Amino acid sequence: MPPIKILVVEDSPTMRQFICFALRRLPDVEISEASDGVEGLKKFNLENFNLVMVDINMPIMDGLKLLSLIRKGPLNSKIPVLVITTEGAQADRDRALSLGADGYLTKPTPGSIILKTVKRLLGIAD
Amino acid sequence: MERPEAEIPQVLDDRAEKEEERKVSQRAQEFLQNFKKGAEFTQELLRITEKLRYQVVRLEEENRDLRRAIQPETAIQDLERRIQELVREKEELLEKYSGIEQENQDFAQRYVEIEEENNNLANLYIASYQLHSTLDYREVLQIILEIVINLIGAEEFVLLLRDEKKDTLLVVAAEGISQDEIPPIAIGEGIIGKVAETGVNYIRKDFALPETTEINNPLVCIPLKIKEYVIGVIVLYRLLRQKTQFAEVDYELFTLLAGHAATAIFSSRLYSESERRLSTFRGFIDLLTR
Repeated sequence: MPPIKILVVEDSPTMRQFICFALRRLPDVEISEASDGVEGLKKFNLENFNLVMVDINMPIMDGLKLLSLIRKGPLNSKIPVLVITTEGAQADRDRALSLGADGYLTKPTPGSIILKTVKRLLGIAD
Repeated sequence: MERPEAEIPQVLDDRAEKEEERKVSQRAQEFLQNFKKGAEFTQELLRITEKLRYQVVRLEEENRDLRRAIQPETAIQDLERRIQELVREKEELLEKYSGIEQENQDFAQRYVEIEEENNNLANLYIASYQLHSTLDYREVLQIILEIVINLIGAEEFVLLLRDEKKDTLLVVAAEGISQDEIPPIAIGEGIIGKVAETGVNYIRKDFALPETTEINNPLVCIPLKIKEYVIGVIVLYRLLRQKTQFAEVDYELFTLLAGHAATAIFSSRLYSESERRLSTFRGFIDLLTR
């Protein structure tokens, strides 16, 4: 079985570490980190990921822009994208989902919820 | 008329013969009678035998019936005994099942508790790790902001540090509020000043948020302390809309911030100062040695 590859695009190092800490509970996982949308897109185009996690509010390129670019790409349009953000308004959620997000989590969220959502999106039994 | 003498023996013989015949006849009759009796007796014996045979057959049938009657009874008794055993066994199994179910529930509950504890520890570990990951003062302030936004879930808050010379609190970082909105706060003045003076956390009882942010009506004040000395205060005014109440871990984070954020700020300030001094000394030495 090849390892599960996850790309975490988040500008806050604290939050990145928090997400990675939660994801490392998955068996055989490889995590790549990016601190903004542009870096995230570069990494996304270089590797085949099983899942992408994006924050909305980021410098240079925000998460929604990155999400729409991922969905426009012909090869990677089916890859699950999980948005994790401080934006808790229904309108933000709807917007992300309409752009093709497969999951939407609002901060602060426990690591166990992140893990559970990721497992659901990857089709891994809980 | 007299019979001649020669006829006399003949008569005698006849008489004897007749007598003999009579005796034989009598014996025959006796024999016949005996035979009849024997026959009757035999008939009687046959009848009795027949009766006995009949009785034997009847008894055998009765016996069979009884056996038949007795056997199911025993079988029923056996079955009843078995049923009782099974009922007992079932009760034992149910008891065991109930015990295991209870144990399972306990484990599930324990799992949830451990999971929660794990989450909390992860939060605290990461917060602590990040706070001590740098000696750059600006970075430390940024990390504090990140912790308060991402791990606590605050939308509007400020970080004030103590100005030793003026004994006031000055804003050094803010999120969701303009730094200009917060004037210097004297130690002991208002809720924030009191927290800086006493070093005791303040959490507003009325959790409902006011329409507009009132500077002197904070939601939470966390004193940043090194031992008992307060070097600053983190003041939370508003939480993110999805954050409706504080969780257990938030109080732990308040405690962690109170100690670790203070130490991180203090260390980074000292380091920055020493770096500055070192740079000055180096410049001075360079100047002297040229």
